[in-house]
Order: sequence, then structure tokens, then C-alpha cells
Amino acid sequence: MEIPYTVQVRRDTGLTNGKIGIWLFLASEVMLFGALFASYILIRTGSQSWPRGDTILNVPLATLNTIVLISSSVTMVMAWASLMRRRFGTFRIYMGGTILLGFVFLVVKFFEYSHKFESGLFPSTNNFLAIYFTLTGLHGLHVIGGMAVNAYFWGPGAKLWKTNPEWFTNRVEHSGLFWHFVDLVWIFLFPTLYLL
Amino acid sequence: MSQPAAVATPKPHDAHEAHHEELGFWRKYVFSTDHKVIGIQYAFSGLLFLLFGFSLMMLMRWQLAYPGAALPLIGSLLGEARMPGGTMLPDFYNELGAMHGTIMVFMGVVPLAVGGFGNFVLPLQIGAPDMAFPKLNMLSYQSFLLGGVTMLASFFVPGGAAQSGWTSYTPLADIATTGQTMWLIGMVFLITSSLLGAINFIATTIQLRAKGMTFMRFPFFVWTQFVTAFLLLLAFPPLEAAAVMQLMDRLAGTSFFLPSGLVVSGQIVNNAGGGNPLLWQHLFWFLAHPEVYVLILPAMGIVAEIIANNTRKPLWGYRSMVYSLVFLGFMSFIVWAHHMFMTGMGTAMAAFFQTTTMIISIPSVVILTALIISLWGASIRYNTPMLFAVAFLPMFGIGGLTGLPLGLNVADIPLHDTYYVIAHFHYVVAPGTLFGLFAGIYYWYPKATGRKLNETLGKIHFAGMLVCMNVVFMPMFLMGLAGVSRRLFDGGSTYNFAQPVLHWNVVSSWGAWALGLFQLPFIFNFFWSLRKGEKSEDNPWQATTIEWSAPSPPPHGNFVVAPEAYRGPYEYSVPGAAKDFVPQYEA
Amino acid sequence: MTSDHAASVTSDHAVDIDRHVRIYITVFVALMALTIITVAISRLHLPIPIAVTVALLVAIIKGSLVACYFMHLISEKKLIYAVLVVTAVFFAALLALPALTTSNGYWIHGIHG
Repeated sequence: MEIPYTVQVRRDTGLTNGKIGIWLFLASEVMLFGALFASYILIRTGSQSWPRGDTILNVPLATLNTIVLISSSVTMVMAWASLMRRRFGTFRIYMGGTILLGFVFLVVKFFEYSHKFESGLFPSTNNFLAIYFTLTGLHGLHVIGGMAVNAYFWGPGAKLWKTNPEWFTNRVEHSGLFWHFVDLVWIFLFPTLYLL
Repeated sequence: MSQPAAVATPKPHDAHEAHHEELGFWRKYVFSTDHKVIGIQYAFSGLLFLLFGFSLMMLMRWQLAYPGAALPLIGSLLGEARMPGGTMLPDFYNELGAMHGTIMVFMGVVPLAVGGFGNFVLPLQIGAPDMAFPKLNMLSYQSFLLGGVTMLASFFVPGGAAQSGWTSYTPLADIATTGQTMWLIGMVFLITSSLLGAINFIATTIQLRAKGMTFMRFPFFVWTQFVTAFLLLLAFPPLEAAAVMQLMDRLAGTSFFLPSGLVVSGQIVNNAGGGNPLLWQHLFWFLAHPEVYVLILPAMGIVAEIIANNTRKPLWGYRSMVYSLVFLGFMSFIVWAHHMFMTGMGTAMAAFFQTTTMIISIPSVVILTALIISLWGASIRYNTPMLFAVAFLPMFGIGGLTGLPLGLNVADIPLHDTYYVIAHFHYVVAPGTLFGLFAGIYYWYPKATGRKLNETLGKIHFAGMLVCMNVVFMPMFLMGLAGVSRRLFDGGSTYNFAQPVLHWNVVSSWGAWALGLFQLPFIFNFFWSLRKGEKSEDNPWQATTIEWSAPSPPPHGNFVVAPEAYRGPYEYSVPGAAKDFVPQYEA
Repeated sequence: MTSDHAASVTSDHAVDIDRHVRIYITVFVALMALTIITVAISRLHLPIPIAVTVALLVAIIKGSLVACYFMHLISEKKLIYAVLVVTAVFFAALLALPALTTSNGYWIHGIHG
């Protein structure tokens, strides 16, 4: 039994099942991070004093991470574009680059976190740090998740390219959408926590 | 141009032709990706959890009727930690209360209404072979099961299960025993299950509907599942975020919800402080208000199907019902703080939420009125599904109307957190939603199993439920109006002002135990009919919607030939037609 | 419009993709510039309300570029737009209403609303 519209679009909606599925998932993720941003607003406006981001957090390191993540978004979309151009080898390079840049992001985060812990700064220390660790932590988990999916498509999942290249291209596009979303969240996270 | 008219009744194995690999027991019944199997798994689990959650309440009702009295037999079984000498400790009462609510809402009603009925019926009604993402569907069920098991396991940890209400208000929940942490983890699994399921339902409804099945030709049941899925998709994530934050408070020592200067049992809490307990309430109710529409909408959908079928008339005002449904879904996201009128909000915001709450009552009334008008001039067939469906109408009416004073911020002042609230929401969910769900079980059982449930036992079940539900909950309005608070482990017996109404506790308790007894004919009927019930044809109710064109039970892939929708969903008693119904799937 | 995401790549496609790639590079450069700008402005330590407004505006521009061009939202189908618009409304409600309710409240003395 075949489920239709996994590869071909349905004519009246113009969409594949996967495309609508991933956007619905992203909609739910908007609400997830939205709740945390709403919490940030309530906690910050409810506190007697709130430190400016750069007094506690490492802005240069985070700026580097911002550049890293944005670059990884470019390599991600280029990976998909390579598949559209039927250049599997180039896809491999760009996807590999995306995963590598994600890894760099996590390494930088690791250094940030360990430095905080070494300086005796924990989530329990104050609410600024609590929301900082929670927001960046949840974001970091999403980076790891995205990397896992990307690694699957770079590695074992790439077999699908031989048997159903259109479906493979679609799936890479969908995981790309997730990856861009992760970048998008960081674009808002970075100024909120580090610059304000 | 189109395929041959009526779908021929194929042998069950015909549909397999293209991909026939005989699946082993585990792949077929346990790790299945077939929406019908998953639907039955959800339904079964949901019913079991409903029974368990109800049992917790039957236990509570002993304490409420006879506070401090030793419970014979069962009391000694529950151990000295919870019921020393057979008498209930307050902490245990709170445990039962919190878990009763949690289990009924998240592990009982929603899995049955959405996971069970949605999964089984939706693809069949839109003429689809399965859900858009069958493997994701299986994962949804497994995540739900994991969450349910976590919740049940929490009874066995030191300190017992969660006991801060199903609402887990902070800061109490922040400092509660281990069971609360398991509640939070359980909720994360349950929420994940719902989110994945919602994605599936929406994608399936939009993409896999049959040729000719336009949105305005959907059976109303499909519309209710569709809107419900959006509510789950967009309202659950904030609760997930809140659960993560409460976990951080409990495990990482953060103070998201802990205010400064908190003193617990005479000790100052050694936390950074600066948190906001109301933040939890906002995030919780942002989900929990749409959640109550998740609880009612599928039942309304089921009732609509059964009413159309047993009145042999189209639904009155289908279009208005659909517009109302969509409007209701939208409004449900901006009314939540009517649960927070007593938290010190100013008059401007109270007025805002009061206004949106009053507005949202309008679409509910439109839908209920349309269903009632649908009965007018009909030749009504009083079978068990119809009895439950018709009884739903006044019961939901009582529940809905009694909600109005709660939604007005001034009228809410004397009623908030009293038994009036308990009566209100139980009327909507118990003789409301549950009547709709039982109606659905009696209605679709023949399609799922190929056999009919016994009508006599069904009518006994119905009569018992109708009487007992009212005996249990009607007096609670009186108790609430007298000022008796909810969540009092002794039912208000220590308060002078409560004395004149305390006897109603005894009435409610005996009603609840009788209600428990009346489930026996249903349970017996359900299992006995699986083997010995009268065999059912494909369309025993002479219904018009597409699921009735498939065999009973439908094979893997549902339809041998892809169905097409040729007309609207409720073409009953069409003038000049040969039969008193023209199915949606017949050319 | 559907052609970008459908089956095989024709020569028309290859041109289409080339145009897209040029857009991706342009957007990348813009995003880099905006990142530098937002960090630079933060160094000025403007008063909070202005700092927040400017930072948010820059973030919205950056986010829109990622959404419109990397995520191809600029040429997406109406159904996706519908889902996202509804989500945006509820997102706004989630951010605004708790804060408004708190500021309109009569709170325990000492907590600033």
C-alpha cells in the first residue's frame, strides 16, 4: 500500500506530505521557544535588577557562534541545491560542512558553559543565568538533533539517493528547513541574551 | 471518467495484493504502523486508564462521604504509609486527586477521543489508505505509552505520586516529592505523543483526502479532529517549556517559579529567588484552556455523526457549525486567564479575558443549537449510540451554561476553586464528552470488529450512566454555591458554613459507586460481543460516510479501489432517491 | 512555483538553481553585515527601550532573510502561509498577554510589574 504525495505534490495544495509535516512541526517549535521568550520577558520585567548581557556572557565567542551558525545555514541550503543540480559529490561536501560547523558551534558552547561553571556560575545562581542556560541549552539540544539527522542523510541515509533521488532531495530539504529554524532561533537568542 | 459506483465488498486479503508480506504477531499487533491497529491500541489504553482514574476517585469518595472513617478491606491493602488503619491520610488524598485529574485528562479522554477515534475513523472517513506518516503514528502511540507508564510508576516512588493538583501550581509543585518530577517527565512524553499525532492528523486531512472530498464535504467529525489537532499542535509546546523550567527548578536549583523570601514549614528556602509563580499559571493555562476544547470537540463530532445518521436527515446548519468550530478553535487561545481571575490582575486585563470568554461561548451555543434543531421533524431511531448522543445535548448544555458565571470575573469571585467549578467541568467532560465517546464506541464497534454490541446491555449501561452522572455532579453545584472549596481532603467537614450541605457528599459518593457498577454491563458486553456478538454487515447503520463502504473490519489499506466523494456527507432522505440515504461514496 | 520542489531537474531548473545560489550568497553577506552591525550598536549601551527596539528590528530583518530565502518562504504555498500566520498570532498573544496581565496587576509590594 503506497501513501501518495511523498514525492509528487498534490495538485490542489501544491505540497508534498513531508513539506507540510515539517512546517507544522516548525510551527510547534515556534510556540515552544515562544514560551521561553515569554518567560524571559516576565522574569526580566519582574526583577529588581537585570545584568546587561555583556557583563556576564562572552559576546565575542557568541558572535563567532552566530557567524558559524549562519554559515552552516548557507552550506545546508547549498547541500540541497547540489542535489537539485544532481551533484551528489558536492552535496556530500556541503552537508559535511554543515555538520562540521554545527560541531564547532557545540564546542564553543562547551567552552562557554565550562567557563561559567568554573567561575561558580550555575543556573541556580540567579534568574539571568537560569534563563540563559535553559534557552541556550534547549537550543543546543536542537542543534544536536539537527546534526544527528544531517549526519544520517550524509551517511547511511544517502543510500536513498540511488533508489529514489527525488524523495532523498525532499528529505534533505526538510531537514534543511529544521536546520534553518535552529539558526533562526539563535538569531533572536543572541541579541536577547548577550547584547541587551 | 470515474471508477465503478459502489465499492465491491472485497475479501479481507484482497487489498494486500500489491505488497503481500504476511507480518508476524509483533509487527501486526504490537509494532504496527496501521492506523486502525494504532487506533485500537490508543482506545484500549485510554479505556483502561479511564477505569483506573475513575477507581482513584471512587476511593476518594469514601473519604469525602465518611471523612476519617476506616475503609473496609481495600483500606488495609493500601498500606500503612497511605491509609494507616484504613483511614486516608491527607497527602494520599492529594495524590489521588492530582493523579485522578491527570490520568483522566491526559491518559484517558484525549487518547481515546483523539488517538483512538481520530486514528481509526479519520482516514476511513476521508477515503485515505492510512495516515500520512504511519511510522510516526506508531511512535506517537509508543511515546504515549511511555508517558502513561511513567505516570503509573510514580505511585511507587518514595513520597508517592504527584500531589499538587493536575495543575501542578508552583511554588508548591517545585518543592513537592519525587513523584512530581516523574509527573513532569511523563508529561513530556505525553506532549510529544500529541504533537507528533497532531502533525499526522493535519497532514493526512489536507493531503490524503479522496478525490471529490472538498473541505465542505468533510463529515463534521473530520472537522472536529482537524481543529483539535491544531489546538494540540500550537498549545502544548508552552506547557512543555514550562515543564522543562519546573524540572530545572526541582533538579537544577533554578528559581523560575520561586519568589524571593519563600518560607516552607518555618524554614527559609535557600534559593536565588526572584521567580514568578504566576509564570507557571500563564504557561499552564495557555495549554490547559485549549485542552478543554480538545476534550469536547471530538465528542461533538461523534455526536454530530450519530445524530445525522439516526434522524435520517442532514445536519441542520452544517456551514454555521464549521465556521463556529474554526472560530472557537481560534478564540480558545486567548481566553486562558479566566482561570486566573483571582491572581490579582487589574480590571483592564480581567475585562479583556472576560470579554473573549463571553465571545467564545457563542460558537459553542451555535453548534449545540444546530445539533438540537437537527432533531426537529426527524424519524429518530433510538439505538444505544443515539441515546448517548441525544443525552449529550442537555448535559453539555448544563455544563456550558454553568461555565458562564465562572467566565465573568466578578461572578467568579465566590465560585472560584469551589465545588461549583468541579460540577461545571465534570458536566462537560463526564456526561458530556464521555457520553459522546461511548456513543462512538457503540456506533463504530461493528466497523472495527465485524460484530455488533448487545443493545439491551447498551441501554442498561446508558440508563445507569445518565442517572448516576447527575446524582454525582448536580449536588456539587449546591455545595459550591454554599462556598465549599475544592481539594479539601475532608470534603469541607471542618467548616461551619459547610454543615448544611455536607450530606450531599454522601449522595455523590453513592452515585459514583453506582456509576462504577454500571460499567460492568459495558465491560462484559465489550468482550463478550467480540466473540459472540451478532455479526455485522459493512453498513449496519445505513450510514452515508465513506468508512461504511469498507469491510468490517477494514483490511490493511482500507479500500480495494480508492473511493471518491460524489456529494456531501449527510444525504439522508433525499427526495426521489431509492433508499432513505445516498452514500457519499456512491456515484 | 511548484517546479522548484518537484521531480527531475531540467535545464530550466539548472538556471533556476543558479539564480537561487546567487541569492543565497547575497543573503549570507547581508546576514554577516547585520551581525556586525547589531554587535556594534550594542557597544553604544543605548537606553534599554531603544536598545531593545533596535536589536529586535535587526533580528527580525535577519530572521526574515533566513526564512524568506534559505527556507524559501517567499515562494511557498498559501497553506503554509496560513499555518504560519495563525502561529504568529498565537505567538504574539503568548508574548504579550502574560506581560500585559502582570503589568496591569496589583502585586505583592516589592515585585516590580
